[in-house]
Amino acid sequence: MTSSEPFVRVENVAKRWNGQLGVEEVDLSIPRGSFVALLGPSGCGKSTTLRLLSGLELPDEGTITIDGRDVTTAAPSERNLSMVFQSYALFPHLSVAENVVFGLKVRRVRASERQEKLRRALEITGLLGYETRKPGELSGGQRQRVALARAIVANQPLCLMDEPLSNLDAKLRASVRKDIKKLQVDLGITVIYVTHDQTEAMSMADIVVLMKDGRIQQTGSPEDLYYRPANTFVAEFVGSPPMALIAGAALPGFEGYDKIGLRAEDVQVVEAGNGRLTCRVSECEFLGSETFVGLTHSSASGLTVSMPGLRNIPAGKELEITFSDEDLHFFDSSGRRISPQTGAIDI
Amino acid sequence: MAKHVNLERRRQAIYGWLLLSPAAVLLTTFAFYPSLATLWTSLFSRETRRRPSEFVGVENYSDLFADPTFWTVVQNNLIYAAATIPISMAIALAMALWANSKIPARGFVRTAYFTPTVLPMIAAANLWLFFYTPGLGVLDQIGSLFGLPSVNWLGQPETALWAVIIVTIWKEAGFFMIFYLAALQTIPEDLKEAADIEGASRWTYTRRIVLPLLMPTTLFILVNALINSVKLIDHLFILTKGGPNDASKLILYYIWEMAFAFFDAPQAAAMTILVLAVLGIVAGIKFTILDKRTHYQ
Repeated sequence: MTSSEPFVRVENVAKRWNGQLGVEEVDLSIPRGSFVALLGPSGCGKSTTLRLLSGLELPDEGTITIDGRDVTTAAPSERNLSMVFQSYALFPHLSVAENVVFGLKVRRVRASERQEKLRRALEITGLLGYETRKPGELSGGQRQRVALARAIVANQPLCLMDEPLSNLDAKLRASVRKDIKKLQVDLGITVIYVTHDQTEAMSMADIVVLMKDGRIQQTGSPEDLYYRPANTFVAEFVGSPPMALIAGAALPGFEGYDKIGLRAEDVQVVEAGNGRLTCRVSECEFLGSETFVGLTHSSASGLTVSMPGLRNIPAGKELEITFSDEDLHFFDSSGRRISPQTGAIDI
Repeated sequence: MAKHVNLERRRQAIYGWLLLSPAAVLLTTFAFYPSLATLWTSLFSRETRRRPSEFVGVENYSDLFADPTFWTVVQNNLIYAAATIPISMAIALAMALWANSKIPARGFVRTAYFTPTVLPMIAAANLWLFFYTPGLGVLDQIGSLFGLPSVNWLGQPETALWAVIIVTIWKEAGFFMIFYLAALQTIPEDLKEAADIEGASRWTYTRRIVLPLLMPTTLFILVNALINSVKLIDHLFILTKGGPNDASKLILYYIWEMAFAFFDAPQAAAMTILVLAVLGIVAGIKFTILDKRTHYQ
């Protein structure tokens, strides 16, 4: 197996329900040992893509290859993968230990080997001592770890996770996020992770796949998505606050572009008379180290400026802003990114 | 302060008793008092025109134990329970598993299975009379197509009890299926998917996941089936009247006969007390042993 060959390959996959769109033209190639996040708003097809990979759904078109083997129509159990469900899907009547070794028992792994693998999985997930508890007697975070233990116990090279953190509170989510990332690196497994939370995707993933309406919008590293959004949807989805879009007609010298993108950190407030745009303050959002000041302008949407420390600027006050040309992103009338030099589609 | 707490506590107590009283009044009037009155009656002799009723202790019970018909009836009822309970539950579970899967005309299948439950037992018995009648009945008609002799299913001691048992199973299975179906629908879809990922076969999934999760429902149905095996005798009045030669007579029917055909109220009362005692023991087993081994969500 050469390293250039992708571990998981999805080619031109489509899934439709009664003519309704599921996913269309999905192409992915995922290297071994990488952490891939499928990101997008609800209904974008990210969970469908994961279920197609798991074999819980079968595609109408296209092929799926895992580890060099065509598994397009293979049963879930033949794909050598494990899965963590959003609801954890723990068996409520079985103890933690029985839940974790369920799959090993089904595959008739010897009892001694089963015990050893169970111990290791519980040790990694910090669940030693909870073997005899039922899922109902555990906290949300512990249940989540049982689901993780069940996913790693069989040592499968590929692990699929369907929004595994969405049932946890915000504080726990941040710590489990780190645990999952560490687990993935330590075990050297490939993880495909579905989420609607861009913080999760950006902080954990090596590759982010952003989807909308059943189609992939952009595939790339987190920095790619942030610094080189492929289209206006990516620009307005990624980042907090997301990129502002200004009509080209509003900026002298850039009338040829349909939309121009601008990040909050690239905007400066200047004294009256020196600015390139004059806006009104709509709200101030204080975040501790900085304050996001929301601005309104008749030909721009989502304009925000990040100012250090606490600012309390009354709504309706006029502010002038400026920015340098190299921080601008350009999009054509169909929303695609274009290069300012050549005018060609730039991705 | 203490006074206020006391007042509050008393108010809570009164509130509690008020909530309890409707059930307490109804149960006392229609369950506790009749049970005690029955126990009391069973200790006295039968009142005739010449001899007034007098206290006889357990004589009614010893008479009962000496009565061969009583033992026949007990044996019949045990066979009746041993056959109707497991078979109707097994059929109910099988039908529910089938009606819960993705099959065409699922609504129709469910309705068809449930129909016997909606029929009154008397109507159902009349229907089955039409099946069983020698010569004219559907069973004989089908049998004659294959050259089989006519069988009087209800009229011979060897088959009468079994004919009655089949009617009961037919009547009960659809009813129990509804409970299983409802319980099956509370099992989340993703448990099946998690089992699929692990490579569990359909049978393994059913045995290791579905059946244990259905245990509370199974227990509930078991109790109902047990009660019905004592209680459900309406069809005897239409089909066999306990005959021939007591072959299909069940305890409750015998109690009814004793009380309202032979007018021996004390004997009937003694038999009622015995039935209550057996049911009480079964309830005790249910609450102590079976409940501990069942996973309630």
